[in-house]
Amino acid sequence: MTRSTIDLWVGVFVAIGLGALLFLALKVGNLASFSTAETYRVEARFANIGGLKVRAPVKSAGVVVGRVAEIGFDNEAYEAVAELTLDARFKFPRDTSAKILTSGLLGEQYIGLEAGADARMLADGERLRLTQSAVVLENLIGQFFTSKAAEGGEAKGAK
Amino acid sequence: MRAALTHLGAAVTAGVWRLGYAARFFGYLLAHSGTAFRRFGLTVREIYFAGVLSLIIILVSGLFVGMVLGLQGYDTLQRYGSSEALGVLVALSLVRELGPVVAGLLFASRAGSAITAEIGLMKATEQLSAMEMMAVDPVARVVAPRFWGGVISMPLLAALFSAMGIFGGYLVGVVLIGVDEGAFWSQMQAAVDVREDILNGVIKSVVFGFAVSLIAVFEGFDATPTAEGVSRATTRTVVTSSLAILALDFVLTALMFTGGN
Repeated sequence: MTRSTIDLWVGVFVAIGLGALLFLALKVGNLASFSTAETYRVEARFANIGGLKVRAPVKSAGVVVGRVAEIGFDNEAYEAVAELTLDARFKFPRDTSAKILTSGLLGEQYIGLEAGADARMLADGERLRLTQSAVVLENLIGQFFTSKAAEGGEAKGAK
Repeated sequence: MRAALTHLGAAVTAGVWRLGYAARFFGYLLAHSGTAFRRFGLTVREIYFAGVLSLIIILVSGLFVGMVLGLQGYDTLQRYGSSEALGVLVALSLVRELGPVVAGLLFASRAGSAITAEIGLMKATEQLSAMEMMAVDPVARVVAPRFWGGVISMPLLAALFSAMGIFGGYLVGVVLIGVDEGAFWSQMQAAVDVREDILNGVIKSVVFGFAVSLIAVFEGFDATPTAEGVSRATTRTVVTSSLAILALDFVLTALMFTGGN
């Protein structure tokens, strides 16, 4: 084995090693998407965000148009404040509504945007006025039981 | 009783002594690494022995680990009707944990043991003393290139292991079982973060590279210069590096992945 063939093999090794890193970064990770695109931020306030996480997708009509950048808590209104970064290519009317939805029965939660009809578009730093909180399963079950109990009471009263 | 205590005390003292010597050796090695970079051909030769010759075992193991992950992951995920998440499962477990750790363990047994045996045998046959006689520093000439060769090879091998494993998972999940290809890749890309997951995996593999290479060269350099001594040093390299990798992995995982979510 002469020196030059060793150099060649080491060169091949380093090249495919770096290639594997690049493959991990581009194909497996998400370096390509959303890192270069220009974005603008809007704010949405929810009474309850359920299990929404930072970096959760923001979708409109099922298409990812942005991500949740930050989640905070307003200690005066006792509301959750979600900062969304939206892709600058997509403009939404000012009366767009935001809902917290769940993908599938056990899937992760995301924010769904439904476009309104206002002629003026949302600008950077503005707030989405119409929001709908996450559906919390415990509350739903609680409501179901109260309404069942109420029905039972009515039935007894009728007798 | 007294004899047992004396024995225990002597063992602890010897261990601490060795630890201190290893730390001083590491400092000396870093200070005398200039030759390894000035005469880079020496390091390239060691990258060939530690890295290129480990390629086969790393690639084949990566492929099989990924294929097993694909089968096992699919079996569990399809019970919950979410077999599309297979890509996420395979990619995250490989990039975060299995890639660096299994590649590190394989690297320790394939390359680390060879480095220890080589340096130990050079010591046993008095080649290192002969170098010192010729005013050649054996740490700079023999140890440093092997150390840096291992440090450079390890992250590349871990990345190759992960990439190959993901390909194995793809092969079993998409080609063999028939999970939707688009969902496999897109869910993977949505869930794997470049900084949080991939960069942390690379940092792990770099740390393991340092640990394994240091243990390998130190055990070789510190070996008792006999046939038996070299064989014991080689065994110790594999045992100590494996334990070091697993312990360091726990510490690094605790540091990296507990704060964020």
